[in-house]
Amino acid sequence: MNLSRRHFLVLAPAAAIAWKAVLAGTPDQASNYKLSEHWWGMLIDVPKCIGCGNCVRACATENDVPDGYFRTWVERYHVEDENMTNPQVISPNGGKEGFPVAAEDAGKYFFVPKMCNHCADSPCTQVCPVGATFVSPDGVVLVDPKYCLGCAYCVQACPYGCRYIHPEKKVADKCTLCYHRITKGLTTACCESCPTGARQLVDLKDPKDPIHEFLRTHPVQVLKPQMATGAKAYYNGLDGSVR
Amino acid sequence: MNGIEGFMYPNEIGLQWSVLIVLYPFITGLVAGAFILASLERVFHVEAVKPTYRLALLTALSFLIVAPLPLQLHLGHPERSPEMYFTPHSTSAMAMFGYVYLWYLMAVLVFEIWLDYRKDIVLLSQSSSGLLRLIYKIMSLGSSNISPRALHIDEKVGWIVTLIGIPSAFLLHGYVGFIFGSIKANPWWSSPLMPVVFIFSAMVSGIAGVMLIYMATTKMRRQKIDMRCVDTIAMYLFYIFIIDFSLEMLDLIHRIYEADESFRSLDFMVHTRLYIPHIVIQIVLGTATPLLLLFITQIVKLPEQVRKRMYVIAGCLALMGIFAMRWNVVIGGQLFSKSFLGYTTYKMALVTREGSLVALSLSVLPLFILWALIKLLPPWSSEPPAQPVAGD
Repeated sequence: MNLSRRHFLVLAPAAAIAWKAVLAGTPDQASNYKLSEHWWGMLIDVPKCIGCGNCVRACATENDVPDGYFRTWVERYHVEDENMTNPQVISPNGGKEGFPVAAEDAGKYFFVPKMCNHCADSPCTQVCPVGATFVSPDGVVLVDPKYCLGCAYCVQACPYGCRYIHPEKKVADKCTLCYHRITKGLTTACCESCPTGARQLVDLKDPKDPIHEFLRTHPVQVLKPQMATGAKAYYNGLDGSVR
Repeated sequence: MNGIEGFMYPNEIGLQWSVLIVLYPFITGLVAGAFILASLERVFHVEAVKPTYRLALLTALSFLIVAPLPLQLHLGHPERSPEMYFTPHSTSAMAMFGYVYLWYLMAVLVFEIWLDYRKDIVLLSQSSSGLLRLIYKIMSLGSSNISPRALHIDEKVGWIVTLIGIPSAFLLHGYVGFIFGSIKANPWWSSPLMPVVFIFSAMVSGIAGVMLIYMATTKMRRQKIDMRCVDTIAMYLFYIFIIDFSLEMLDLIHRIYEADESFRSLDFMVHTRLYIPHIVIQIVLGTATPLLLLFITQIVKLPEQVRKRMYVIAGCLALMGIFAMRWNVVIGGQLFSKSFLGYTTYKMALVTREGSLVALSLSVLPLFILWALIKLLPPWSSEPPAQPVAGD
């Protein structure tokens, strides 16, 4: 392709702008997005998860998650028949690079993706001394990094281990349900990268969302229901041994 | 891997709250306990402990000044901490800290000390010169009336402030216990008994602390230790220690008998990673031994010298035991996974912002502040130096 100097000078700034948009990852926010019309959650179909770690990698890339910390991770459970209440669980580097081959062993193996449950009655937002973390009107638990003190009280209060103190920013960090994407009509990075559809973003206020039919027809569970946090990460086919 | 055993959620491997957060309840406990001891004389008219009254108030103030420092040093963004005052989150237990602290510091402790010392301050402002005179003038806040009527009013108002101070001391430390006890995600912490245990353990540490400081300062001043005073303090220490120990044992027995889903994890910790700090230091050395020593002093008539030594040993062990209790709550509560499937390790750094050197400095800082306060506001009347008793 012949590219004259004149054409190059015209195209280069345009390419730079386009590249910046690519790096930003998303188109502009949908102008008709209304907070009150959504109530976000996540459906996690446990039998569909193959433990590939795509979701963990996609999340880390999309959200610039520091090494050694996780907004989402995958656990592999090994439950032996005679020891149902004492599962063997691994999550090497959060399952980011997948898992080692399982030994031919008695019992069952399965993968469980984990993430913030975006609880409606979230204990983490309850304890924040300045209200830097909050439940948005559309049901997403968020942190304002410009306001957070970094006291880590919320990290202690989360029953699911979903929060951490960002090692550089020194503030609480966690899954935002890719808020910058879902408010623009996209799905989350983890959902988009899942090859089997084990994760699906759901909008409980959208009457057309298939989640309503799914919840009616499947044995769906939340993690640690005894914590009464109003968790909105719904697990299909969740084994009783999962913590 | 990094001292991990079993499975931890990946974000749980490093501990969020360090030794500085251990210091925080330990220091506020000393404050509350010292104040309660002071109130024994003021409100409950236990005349025997009068020699420690002012010393207890100054001790409480010295430790209270230091109390927020471990928290500040722990915060990721300490410069944002004023937000807790300006925009407190109404549902957060921690958001109360600033208000409870300020209330206790300014409305109770400083006010009570000022009322109690007002006459001394006025007299000192007249007898001293130079910078010291200016300092006393400022401290007198412009008041110079030390007529009997004015002093009587001071006494009355001081009594009311102490009366308000007792529930405030309970609030200060009970609230610290609530910060931990209200975390339902952590079964090691989550207990309605936690604030009560914290209050009684605070009283134990504060009373033991003031008793030791009184004995040490009296010895340094070459004065005779008032044994009636120390015997009375030891008696109160013994009875409050029994209540504290009973509450802690009640909590422990309840957990063992109930044996809920977290029990296997907690039981494992107590038998392994927390064996030394919990069983050996907190229960055997820090509770059972001082209780036994104090019990002996209550039932056997021992010579003064022996009693003194037993009180010193019991006081030091009690302080160690209460510190271990704070350690076991704060650090112990983070050593196991909320999945109850694994355990991690706490490695205390030496010279980092939350390291042991900083913790040690913060532990001795109140003693330096106390020294300065004693110089400025002597808590004892100027007696002629007595001949030290042999072996004193």
